[in-house]
Amino acid sequence: MVTKATLKAVDGVSFDLARGEVLGLVGESGCGKSTTARLTLGQLPPSAGEVIFEGKTVPSSRTQQWRNLRRHMQMIYQDPLGALDRRLPIIEQIAEPYTIHGIGGSRAERREKAQALMLQVGLRPDQASSYPHELSGGQRQRVVIARALALEPRLLVCDEPVSALDVSIQAQVLNLLDDLRRKTGFSALFISHDLKVVRQMADRVAVMYLGRIVEEGPPEDVFHAPLHPYTQALVSAAPSIHGNRGRNRIVLSGDPPNPVNVPGGCPFHPRCPVAVVRCRTDVPSLSREGDRAVSCHLAGSAGGGGFSPAPHPKSKALEAV
Amino acid sequence: MTHSGKQTIFKPKQQDFLIDVRGLTVDFDIGNHYVRALHGVDLSIRRGETLGVVGESGCGKSITWLAVLGLLGGGAKVSGSARFDGQELVGLTPRQLTAFRGGRIALIFQDPASALNPVHRIGRQIAEALRLHRGLTGKAAKEEARRLLDRVGISNAAQRLNEYPHELSGGMNQRVMIAMALAGEPDLLIADEPTTALDATIQAQILDLLRDLQAETHMAMALISHDLGVIADMADRVSVMYAGRVIEEASAEALFERPAHPYTRGLIGALPDIDGPRHRLEAIPGAVPAPSALPPGCAFSDRCSHVETICHKGPPILGLVGGEDDHSAACVRLDAIEDQELNLASQPSKLVHQRAGLQEGVEA
Repeated sequence: MVTKATLKAVDGVSFDLARGEVLGLVGESGCGKSTTARLTLGQLPPSAGEVIFEGKTVPSSRTQQWRNLRRHMQMIYQDPLGALDRRLPIIEQIAEPYTIHGIGGSRAERREKAQALMLQVGLRPDQASSYPHELSGGQRQRVVIARALALEPRLLVCDEPVSALDVSIQAQVLNLLDDLRRKTGFSALFISHDLKVVRQMADRVAVMYLGRIVEEGPPEDVFHAPLHPYTQALVSAAPSIHGNRGRNRIVLSGDPPNPVNVPGGCPFHPRCPVAVVRCRTDVPSLSREGDRAVSCHLAGSAGGGGFSPAPHPKSKALEAV
Repeated sequence: MTHSGKQTIFKPKQQDFLIDVRGLTVDFDIGNHYVRALHGVDLSIRRGETLGVVGESGCGKSITWLAVLGLLGGGAKVSGSARFDGQELVGLTPRQLTAFRGGRIALIFQDPASALNPVHRIGRQIAEALRLHRGLTGKAAKEEARRLLDRVGISNAAQRLNEYPHELSGGMNQRVMIAMALAGEPDLLIADEPTTALDATIQAQILDLLRDLQAETHMAMALISHDLGVIADMADRVSVMYAGRVIEEASAEALFERPAHPYTRGLIGALPDIDGPRHRLEAIPGAVPAPSALPPGCAFSDRCSHVETICHKGPPILGLVGGEDDHSAACVRLDAIEDQELNLASQPSKLVHQRAGLQEGVEA
């Protein structure tokens, strides 16, 4: 199957999302987070596998069926300026989903609804005729959120929704998303490289590395007792204001490998501080116990259920390869 | 100018500062009038020290340093003082400034890929810096470039010299930028969001590298970042900027343990954390005012929950925070709000409960 020029951006990823649930997806650039988002929305055809939304397979061709489904699945992007049309006043952009789907009543009614959405996301009525470049980053993201919410979606895919925003604005937008979610009950796939933001928002979190989910579980478990050596490094590398100077930070060597040329065995083994010989040859599978899952030879099953984490590199329990 | 009579005016000791910026103002010419972007910024860094400069976009944290180095172009009017090792930099001609730029004072930026020239090999770009600042050419320059790349942790340095920026990852390009900055053997490194564009594990590598280099060369560093975690991790002292002013200054420890200014408290409260109870974030309402539309008096007054009439009377100046001689904040109501603890840990994690309820309800 695999030819010379194949880039497996996402490799055998499986996850489910309950109604009203927020699944956080973390990982570094190029790990396949955004590709997963696009696959979920049917913007990309998967080479294999399928996405099922409310019992129906999401088609990846631009059929009427896809369009109907997409009404219930919306996306919030990282760069709001890129996601908005610079030549349209924001109110028209917020009302555009109504036009596209032919709903929302007359032009005046649509405008009214768009105005209500603006208020809901914390934009001032006098900003209605502003163009995106006249707004701040936080306000632009509010426009994108308002537009995404216009059709009352049941699934919201948020791809790094606050990464481009300042801290105080980031908090506003996160709180806004949380309020809106409580009000409208949407499910969300929440993608971010920022573990702190994901912990704030997600009910469950999946960690991706080179196109695969390497660990999954409740945020508190994954971030406080990570099983996979990659998650351990990620968590330890997250800078915090709470006195972590000189703590046990695991600094991984090297960059993530090119996804065109995924290392054999466990894809993480060249950077893994605790890899053993087996990791170079055997691909670990994602095994589940209860609400946790991990894909690592060293994070074994601990006798009475549950996993034992991979050894911490500083414990020197195992010799690195 | 009105401020609380009780306040002790903060006067830094003029001791061994490598760089001492006093009353720096920047006005931008926007056609028919000037807009003030910096309103008298005071910052200072000792040799070997790391000053963290935090603040949100538009607060002037980058402009301060660009102004110091005369990099703002003709549309900007810079006044005030910036003494670097005894030499006044404000008012120098571009020609005079080139003696400092990139040499004794080096800059690294957020986006290494756009700071590097895409059509020249890495080696040539580092060699250019070496020629300009150290007079090295030919073989000597090449050898030194290789040594620098090696020093910043690029493996296979000799081969990398012949590569172009697009052939390297973001983290590697930032290492190249750091190598170029080191080429001039700087006394002061201005690092403007050096890890913002990088992944978490790469960020950890670069911060470690900067820390090691600083210990080795004893250079001073101005670390500009919006990421309080990075600042807490790296800085000895921290200046918090808001709307073109420094509004709080303290040791990193004091700042994060006992933030005094409502804005600093707000920033810390707005930050999600990886430990501790999960609580609703305390967002600061509103947005940073435009430089042309600052509220009268304290620029933070229209977003501040402690605002009183006195706050509108004039911009507050930095005053010592009670009982600490290395901690100052620009707020006239410091005494009144001092006792109000940051109500973070004390708040029950309402969010978590509601969330659990929501989920159960849905799944049932």
